[in-house]
Amino acid sequence: MPEKRLMTINMGPQHPATHGVLRLLLELDGEIIVKAVPHIGYLHRGIEKLAESMTYAQALTLTDRLDYTSGLSNNLAYCLTVEKLLDIKIPQRAQYLRVLLAELQRIAAHLLWVATHALDLGAMTVLFYAFRDRETILETMELVTGARLTPSFIRIGGLAADIPDTFLPRVKAFVEEFPKRVDEYETLLTENIIWKKRTQNISPMSGEECINYGVTGPVLRASGVYYDVRKAYPYSSYEDFDFEIPLGKNGDVYDRYLVRLKEMRQSNRIVKQAAERLPDGRVAASDAPLVVPPAKEEVGRDIAALIRHFKIMEEGFKPPRGEVYSSIESSKGELGFYLVSDGANKPFRMRIRPPSFVNLGALPKMIEGQMVADVVAAIGSIDIVLGEIDR
Amino acid sequence: MVRCMACDLLKEKFPEAVRGVEEFRGETTVTVDKGQLRAVLKFLKESETLLYDLLVDVAGVDSGSGSPRFKVVYLLHSMKFNHRLRIATGVAEDAELDTVSDIWKAADWLEREVYDMFGIRFSDHPDLRRILLTDDFVGYPLRKDFPLKGVDFDKPFPVCLEEEKGNQVDA
Repeated sequence: MPEKRLMTINMGPQHPATHGVLRLLLELDGEIIVKAVPHIGYLHRGIEKLAESMTYAQALTLTDRLDYTSGLSNNLAYCLTVEKLLDIKIPQRAQYLRVLLAELQRIAAHLLWVATHALDLGAMTVLFYAFRDRETILETMELVTGARLTPSFIRIGGLAADIPDTFLPRVKAFVEEFPKRVDEYETLLTENIIWKKRTQNISPMSGEECINYGVTGPVLRASGVYYDVRKAYPYSSYEDFDFEIPLGKNGDVYDRYLVRLKEMRQSNRIVKQAAERLPDGRVAASDAPLVVPPAKEEVGRDIAALIRHFKIMEEGFKPPRGEVYSSIESSKGELGFYLVSDGANKPFRMRIRPPSFVNLGALPKMIEGQMVADVVAAIGSIDIVLGEIDR
Repeated sequence: MVRCMACDLLKEKFPEAVRGVEEFRGETTVTVDKGQLRAVLKFLKESETLLYDLLVDVAGVDSGSGSPRFKVVYLLHSMKFNHRLRIATGVAEDAELDTVSDIWKAADWLEREVYDMFGIRFSDHPDLRRILLTDDFVGYPLRKDFPLKGVDFDKPFPVCLEEEKGNQVDA
């Protein structure tokens, strides 16, 4: 009778299905996972420390590099927090544009997710379809922000610039076309027998477990818990828009897939409404002269504006003492910023509440007792981005 | 109003633990005594009228000077009542804090990160290791006395200097 032993295998950090540099130590009993220990931090850049040495406006560029699949959402979360600290009001046009851009970004992030997740599980075709549509979004983003991945376009006090004339027609064309594209993905996957067998009843989490582990975002909603920051604590005029929060039932990989696909349709609805009802007006706050730099024409004409511009760029602004927390629903879950100000022009402490980090903490719970072949499905279903986890 | 209800309940239940209640930009922060922290958080989670069941975040703050030097902040959310509450507690430099990782599993990794970055230890934590940094890392980077960059950050590596020299000889 041979002795029964557990085998430890190392997965990652250079593994194509770990979405970056995640390393897992798996203890196996045959094909069953007995214990899983994630090791993270390979991408740690000390963003929270760096932010303490930068002015509030400079620290914005660091946020692009958190969840690099949705730079604009990170910008939005950071700017909302600083604006809360400063207590300034944002013009409605800027708020609507922020919503529009953030929802486009969510679609792009979900498309990237469905592409790579399906690829992980062996369905390669989806990648080509999804990247085609993601490319359309990224090109539209580039048209407005000048960048594909690191926009830094949402600024404290509003937006960096108004949209070009060609933007809205492109968005409207995309919005008309996109629901049909989602139908295409669904044809490929939703009733696909192989897809169902690989995802149904895999790594299920109940609603209570998710809450206990602090899981937010599509993973939480796939378990049937109604929590979305856009509805719970509406920001940037989300209360003006008509949309639903899709929920799942079983909390398995399949339901997480369904929830994300439905979310894309809802985001599309929001983009459509925002594009149709976009109000006129300014895109930067007018009542915060110490925060928002003057317009370029003004700087060339007026010496006082030039001095103001110089002071804002050189010294930044000094918010009052205090601490604030503000969060948004990013494509991964609740992305929050906690800022402590001591009255200086740099954040005294900037804490990022990364959704992927907290969600990944539930991975051992998801995969322990499951088959080793399903680890890839579970990791994919959380939708992790290591840039945000390691910061 | 429920927000204040939590404060009132805490004051009533833990009169000696509540050190202060602050309101800023519509957010409430309750500062509690370090010794009672666990009891307060457990009460907030389990009390029928509050039900703060989601631990959103645990954040450390280093004041640099001052006493106690550190502050640890717990951000709670109630799914049922849709409310947020922040609980803060002061921690001295070599003091330990009680873990809440058995109350919320989410606290496991969040406390590990606070330990990793600030060196605040959590007693009875099941697995208190560094999480983002390597195990042999020296120091706690988010402390205010930890340098942002090393003294030689802008100097070329010795290896590069030697290579440069070699290149010059070749030329």
